[in-house]
Amino acid sequence: MKDALKYSYFPGCSLKGLGRSYEQSLLPVMRRLGVELVELDDWNCCGATAYMSVDEAQACVLAARNLAIAEKTGPRDLVTPCSACYLVLNKTKHNMADFPEINQTVQHALKSADLTYSGKVPVRHPLDVLINDVGLDVIKEKVVRPLKGLKVAPYYGCQIVRPYATFDDAWNPTTMDRLLTTLGAEVVPYPLKTKCCGGSLTGTVPEAGLRLTYILLKEAVRRGADVIATVCPLCQFNLDGYHDQIDRRWGPARIPTVYFTQLMGLAFGMTPEELGLKSNFVSMKPLPAESTTV
Amino acid sequence: MMRIERTIKYEGDRVRGFGKEIMSVPGCELLQSCIQCGTCSGTCPLSIYMDFPPRQVMALVRADFKNEVLRSRTVWLCASCYACTVECPRQIRITDIMYALKQRAIQEGVYPKRFPIPVLAKEFFEMVRRHGRISEMLLVARLFLKTNWFAAMGSWRLGLGLITTGRFSVRQEHIRRPAELGAMLAAAGKGNGKAKEMP
Repeated sequence: MKDALKYSYFPGCSLKGLGRSYEQSLLPVMRRLGVELVELDDWNCCGATAYMSVDEAQACVLAARNLAIAEKTGPRDLVTPCSACYLVLNKTKHNMADFPEINQTVQHALKSADLTYSGKVPVRHPLDVLINDVGLDVIKEKVVRPLKGLKVAPYYGCQIVRPYATFDDAWNPTTMDRLLTTLGAEVVPYPLKTKCCGGSLTGTVPEAGLRLTYILLKEAVRRGADVIATVCPLCQFNLDGYHDQIDRRWGPARIPTVYFTQLMGLAFGMTPEELGLKSNFVSMKPLPAESTTV
Repeated sequence: MMRIERTIKYEGDRVRGFGKEIMSVPGCELLQSCIQCGTCSGTCPLSIYMDFPPRQVMALVRADFKNEVLRSRTVWLCASCYACTVECPRQIRITDIMYALKQRAIQEGVYPKRFPIPVLAKEFFEMVRRHGRISEMLLVARLFLKTNWFAAMGSWRLGLGLITTGRFSVRQEHIRRPAELGAMLAAAGKGNGKAKEMP
């Protein structure tokens, strides 16, 4: 392991809003591993899928302002935990590199704020940092309360592996599987690990969106999982927040959905309260008692 | 009385040049190499709800059936999961073509007006343009006001749940330098570099 791991950190709107327990668990877990995440100065919304639907040029400028601020901050990689932010920032970086007309529009707009982006700052996901920079051996040393007996369905969702499979496989990603195994958990086979959760359609067209969510939940239950681990605030909200409506439409498929960083925190000996686990709709059962004595 | 409609498209329904315009958008160039294999429709988790599944959208765009495509629900049902894009044997960026079509539908004001998805996109766009950040609860509230406030009543349990779990907030988040962002977005102009006015 390198001695000082320091990154710029782009939280995104969700991690300050509905997904705040993701940040609440990510930051202390990273700190324990010697990783310093420095929040990007005056970051703005990445634009997600919605901004891109209205205006492409502006969507690229919006995301590029963050990339430019990161580049100005120093030669540090930019880490972003939300799948939508991760995709949009990466996509903008690719678009600027691949299409001179987009690059020209964006550079012109950035100049009005004395900013520039040369494409140097890599955009990375915490899973990538944990596996490739920190290393599973270092993570293992911090485990004081192995998640023995806990069956976890690893759910990656769409946008961290598609379309840019930069640190994991687009069809069968395994970084989270390996991480969870290191924590002592039992990873159940979960073939739907990269299927779409419905995104914002759960709210806008529930008959279509919630059906996708239901399929994911039902399969995790069928596979005998105790909990679903996720990497995305929208996936977490969809899988956790709509059980009432899902019960009514298709029957119960109750299973808690937590952030992978919350499971790391539990294994590192932190309490459910510290990790924001109390803000879930479907709460996670306490860990099996025997794991405390291991 | 039963309303019947012609289902076969005529030559006269085409808007010449539309396919070429879409294929000139950065990232959409490879559409012309589509072999109509249908892998996209088979992979798409939402194609069962679409009026035209993705394979048909590709064919319609290429054949200049502009009105049919821009007025369809299909492009708005695309959740942007990129499954089609990574599976396409011709490396066509189908998700990006869907984005190009969404942008055109909004620019030309022909999107389905009470369909919540484009309304959400526009409200999201406005909030970010003004404040630089999204406040999820306020965004949802605006969506319900614009589309179907009755649906909001059906979600009272969800709202109550968010209050009891401490996640309900109606504070508008914003960046420190909204003027800087506003100037940058204005400098970008509109559209894909091919300026078009918003309705």
